[in-house]
Amino acid sequence: MVENRPLGNLAAHLILISGVALVLFPVYIAIIASTHGPGEFMRGVLPLTPGDQAVENYRLMWEAGLAKAGSPPAWRMLWNSLVMALAITIGKLFISLLSAFAIVYFRFPFRLFFFWLIFITLMLPVEVRIIPTFQVVADLGMLNSFAGLSIPLIASATATFLFRQFFMTIPEEMLEAARIDGAGPLKFFRDILLPLSVTNIAALFVIMFIYGWNQYLWPLLITTDPDYTTIVMGIQRMTSTSGDETPDWNLVMAAVVMAALPPVLVILFMQRLFVKGLTETEK
Amino acid sequence: MQTKRMTFPGRWLPYALLGPQVIVTLIFFIWPAGQALYQSLLREDAFGLSSNFVGLANFTRLFSDGSYLNSLSVTAVFAIGTTLLSMSAALLLAVTVNRMLRSRNAYTTLLVWPYAIAPAIAGVLWWFIFNPAIGIVPYALEMVGYRWNHRTSGGDAMLLVVIAAAWKQIAYNFLFFLAGLQSIPQSLIEAAAIDGASPTKRFWTIVFPLLTPTTFFLMVVNIVYAMFDTFGVIHATTQGGPAQATNTLVYKVYADGFVGLNLGASAAQSVILMVIVVVLTFVQFRFIERRVNY
Repeated sequence: MVENRPLGNLAAHLILISGVALVLFPVYIAIIASTHGPGEFMRGVLPLTPGDQAVENYRLMWEAGLAKAGSPPAWRMLWNSLVMALAITIGKLFISLLSAFAIVYFRFPFRLFFFWLIFITLMLPVEVRIIPTFQVVADLGMLNSFAGLSIPLIASATATFLFRQFFMTIPEEMLEAARIDGAGPLKFFRDILLPLSVTNIAALFVIMFIYGWNQYLWPLLITTDPDYTTIVMGIQRMTSTSGDETPDWNLVMAAVVMAALPPVLVILFMQRLFVKGLTETEK
Repeated sequence: MQTKRMTFPGRWLPYALLGPQVIVTLIFFIWPAGQALYQSLLREDAFGLSSNFVGLANFTRLFSDGSYLNSLSVTAVFAIGTTLLSMSAALLLAVTVNRMLRSRNAYTTLLVWPYAIAPAIAGVLWWFIFNPAIGIVPYALEMVGYRWNHRTSGGDAMLLVVIAAAWKQIAYNFLFFLAGLQSIPQSLIEAAAIDGASPTKRFWTIVFPLLTPTTFFLMVVNIVYAMFDTFGVIHATTQGGPAQATNTLVYKVYADGFVGLNLGASAAQSVILMVIVVVLTFVQFRFIERRVNY
């Protein structure tokens, strides 16, 4: 800051506090709503202070779910989300590390072709090829399975490029020294490249876990069995009740809080890795 | 493209290493995209028993179809609204946070976490706040004489999905603006201050022009986000309604193909979307090449 302006500072704090309040507002309302009994929602506008039904609402949602809306218990949906997010994250990291290693440390015919093939995936998000991708997964018998939920999403151009860029910055001498000591490619990969990449892997892990956890369209398409409902799409099902019936907002909001908590905690506790992952994947 | 000066020998190993990525790409990306291209040239009969080649008829039909043209303009309004709202809020917050010394990290933490919220959940949150019967905002609006109802008013519904989509994206824009601001040399700002330029003048004549690369980059990213990543916001709230007022292109592909089962038309829409992504990706990468050389 260049000059000292007490009034300017005051105004700045006011702007920031109202910004933070606006950003927090929807989540505050959700938390409040999840602590009231069902009756509160019949009486017109929602109260702004916490109620006393929090334990009941969360326990009911966790253990039983919302049977009338066809929703399984929250623990199962959270578990499904966790398995899907971890499978997508680990799959993406695994195949991207291997392909970046191949592209940087080997010379072979069609290297450039493969590089562009991977690049093209950037231009083909699921959203633009919904029906044919669904047909492929259906033909392979992967509907209603964790394999179907995760494998089609694990190709990753961004992760491959990030690792490629990072590998290019590793000094040539590393490889020369390793080769003189007689290390083969796989040993070099495991004992030198992987340990050096730990920070990058962790940063990408944070970003991709959030990406995986928040998947919506894909699980919606390929799972019909409630045993595979993930929490993010489960919430949509709970809100879309038939006809004039209103959703059980207190339970829906309890589910919303539980669905948002894991990725938010990941960001709060790994903020530095998150920022690193976010800014580097977009370069 | 570069490799290392020294590389490993190996005839089969590199292919084996690339194998998993290439197989997934071919099966789940290239093949379906090819299928979409192929199906976009076919038309199925009413029972789905046979299909015949119709050339570009699916495309010409789309562009004379009122609901598709409506969807194009809805998407444009939605993308521009989301981008403008989210970027201007994020820029204001980033510039303000950048003035702070001690409280910068605390404010940053408080502002970035909505990045973790899924678009569908952001939609449900705002859908609840704006619920005409029990929501807090319609209640407040009622007192100033406005009857909010996104179930009947297309404008209200559009505003709702724009707010939900922009809210989630503020964190992302904020982080990039903050990084951009911190890379501006402090000496430029100090020199201007010594010459007597006020903070407002310094912002518009020095800071904002130097942020142009960040702003442009974020514009492309936000348009891509609004067009392709907000399916959840629409599907979990308005479902394209009322009267198609929020029927964006991606939602329409889903609705026509998956719910309406009109494969030819849906495939043609997919192809148009692919062209849009290719153009946007091209713009983004061209620009990044330039930024590296700055």
